[in-house]
Amino acid sequence: MTESKSSLIIPGQSPGEATPRCWSCGTMRAVHFCNSCGKVQPPVPVDYFTFFGFPRKLNLDTAALEKEFYALSRRLHPDVFGQAGTQERAWSLEQSSMLNDAYRTLKDPIKRTEYLLRLEGVELEEQSKQATEKARATGELKKQVVPPDLLEELFELNMHLEELRDQKKKGEDDPALLEEIGKAKLSLEEKYDALFNELKTEWNEWDKSVDNGTEADRRKVLDAMLDVLNRRNYVRNLVRDVNEALE
Amino acid sequence: MATDHIVGIDLGTTNSLVAYMQGDTPVVIPGEDGLNLVPSVVALDEKNQIIVGNAARRYLIETPERAVYSIKRLMGRGVEDIQDELKLFPFQLADDLQSGEVIRIKLGEKTFTPPELSAFILRQLKRNAERFFGAPVTHAVITVPAYFNDAQRQATKDAGRIAGLNVLRLVNEPTAASLAYGLDKKKHGIIVVYDLGGGTFDISILKLHDGIFEVISTNGDTHLGGDDIDNLLIAIALDDIRGELGLDVRRSGEAVQRIRQAVIEAKIALSSQPAAKLNVDLPGGKKYQREISLEVFEQMIQPIIDRTVGPCKQALKDAGLKPEQIDEVVLVGGSTRIPKVRRLVQDLFARVPHTDLNPDEVVALGAAVQANILGGGSEITKEMLLLDVTPLSLGIEVAGGVTDKIILRNSTVPASATQYYTTQVDGQTNVAIHVLQGERELARDCRSLARFDLKGVPPMPAGLPRIEVKFLIDANGILRVSAREQRSGKEAEIDVQPTYGLTDDQVENMLLESFDYAEEDFRQRQVIEARREADTILTALAKGKKNQAWQELTNDERRNVETLENALFAVKDGDDYHAIRGGIDALNEATMRLAELMMDTAVSTALKGKAMDDTDLAEGPQSGHPMAKAEFE
Repeated sequence: MTESKSSLIIPGQSPGEATPRCWSCGTMRAVHFCNSCGKVQPPVPVDYFTFFGFPRKLNLDTAALEKEFYALSRRLHPDVFGQAGTQERAWSLEQSSMLNDAYRTLKDPIKRTEYLLRLEGVELEEQSKQATEKARATGELKKQVVPPDLLEELFELNMHLEELRDQKKKGEDDPALLEEIGKAKLSLEEKYDALFNELKTEWNEWDKSVDNGTEADRRKVLDAMLDVLNRRNYVRNLVRDVNEALE
Repeated sequence: MATDHIVGIDLGTTNSLVAYMQGDTPVVIPGEDGLNLVPSVVALDEKNQIIVGNAARRYLIETPERAVYSIKRLMGRGVEDIQDELKLFPFQLADDLQSGEVIRIKLGEKTFTPPELSAFILRQLKRNAERFFGAPVTHAVITVPAYFNDAQRQATKDAGRIAGLNVLRLVNEPTAASLAYGLDKKKHGIIVVYDLGGGTFDISILKLHDGIFEVISTNGDTHLGGDDIDNLLIAIALDDIRGELGLDVRRSGEAVQRIRQAVIEAKIALSSQPAAKLNVDLPGGKKYQREISLEVFEQMIQPIIDRTVGPCKQALKDAGLKPEQIDEVVLVGGSTRIPKVRRLVQDLFARVPHTDLNPDEVVALGAAVQANILGGGSEITKEMLLLDVTPLSLGIEVAGGVTDKIILRNSTVPASATQYYTTQVDGQTNVAIHVLQGERELARDCRSLARFDLKGVPPMPAGLPRIEVKFLIDANGILRVSAREQRSGKEAEIDVQPTYGLTDDQVENMLLESFDYAEEDFRQRQVIEARREADTILTALAKGKKNQAWQELTNDERRNVETLENALFAVKDGDDYHAIRGGIDALNEATMRLAELMMDTAVSTALKGKAMDDTDLAEGPQSGHPMAKAEFE
């Protein structure tokens, strides 16, 4: 069996939620398994980073994550508990669903960043979801803050897209216009990639602030990351609109 | 349970199979007729006994109103879902069907739900396996199309229960196939499984890595398969017959079934010949004849097989892969024997697909491998682990009839999501939740899975309760829901109203009723159980004879025991229940003193007078009293 990194000993967390002792043999237990007898343990409410035994940092070795995911899957998946008792089977189901949820979130760089923001108390999804629902209910267009560096480009692009829809209705075809839109799309895609690199720079800042930064430092990085993510979402939606218009 | 055989079952649209792991090799268990494939046909004979498989096929022609095929197409679906099916298949719905009820199909004067009809097939497979092992079979892994939704999976599980099987796991068919495929070869890399069967199409992309079979993406169509090709050819033949012979035989079940047999034969022939002849005797003495060239056939089926292209492209896109990144392509399902299908797959993935597996059997073989893993594994399977995904997104309906997706498709299962709800009115104690499955924006375009009523929320001002609802998709791809009100800590009660499904009570009743249609089963089961008991006592006796106690018996006693032992040996493999039973009882009686002598003196004194076969003296849970009665579930 591959040695699992997550076999750290955890203290009994919130009262009543977790036991620091193995239910089966009574010795001190690890997060997911008993250190002594190896039995699966009831799930403890921990964040996804802790679940894998990783620090709460954004530069994450995805190869190590995958390796850890496979190693934990081999021990937590319900298939391994085909012959176990009802209680252990239930724990395995819960533990492995948490493992899968954690892996899915952490392996994707954007989901990982969003998850960290939420962990740190930054409400990003709630806001946009509320806004979306409100827009749907009222039929109003969702207000979005246009990133300033995009204003001019966006104005031109919208005109082109309008023209394209117009031509499509009439069944006309203007290669020059398509070329213009194609160029704009390319530029947007470049921006999209650049924003990802910008996000990665913030990751480095965040990881540094985890090691030796003040609370204020960390808040600043969190805000910066939220800003990058918002701009990135905006550009992503634009690219989608362009693709739809071109279809 | 560990000593029981756990079987793997492929419950197919056209054919079904049962397999098990024989040492390191999965093998298909043949039926009494020596054939591996059991046609998924169910008929009700004149004496209201259920007939399944090859024997049921003649009823399709002789008494079409008493026979049914392709039942899998109806699993987990409501009346409004199957309107297209009703046009193409001779399903006769019950006359008294209520809206919202699970559909029932007429066979003669009786009606059955699709899970019951599927259960008859499962019961036949179970019987085949029991005959093969000479022992009861109670646990199974059953395969389902990867693209089956929650309701279809639940219906399959219900069918298993009605057939008296404990369904340990539902496994996706393409994934099962990959298990059989990757078993003896240390495979690594990305493989694609293209599974075009009788009624369903699946595409799955997997990453194989040190025995882990990780599904990256899956897609498909649960109403696309060889059936559609047959129906197309039947429609053409019916038109021909009307045009050339001036006969309208569409309403004649017998004629349609004869045409169906003929087009299936022609379709199969066209996989290896440049042309095939249709030759059908019609009622009234007329004959319908036509030759179909391969070229014409391929033109006709093009639109059908083209429908597999979209799901393949979507699966690649979801996996974030390009065709050239695929290492191998595996073909599954009888319809992949069609050369045109093979060419299409080859073009799509830029790979020559593997054709060395038997496309009819590979799914059942893989199910047997998974059964072995769940049973504790063996040397060859101990490093193997399947990580499958949910094929469809799970969502809930939010304001404006919009679907809010909470678990996205292609998430590895088990997977979970937690949502928080509150109340809108002061003192409100119930909250209604509508669960959906599908990819569409609007709730009405998605599949309605269930409506949940959270009951028993403590009365509080509007907006104050915080109800945590946890959605969990288990390893079978089936949804489970739990809820808790966080402020009071009270477990909210959940009232599940599956949109189309059977309640637990209904399933239990169906299990009991199913015996009425198969008197045979009861007798068969009795014989099997008695035979197993005989084996246990004979094995224990063989051990007892090596014990010192054997020498302490008198010569007469020993002779008597051996006579009865031989007698039991002689009858135990026969089908006479009473003979086996009598033999067991006699031998039990005769070995009573041997058992007594073998026991520790002190304990034997304490138990004196007790019949030997109902003492449960044991050295430990694993090693019973030498003459202990066998236990059955």
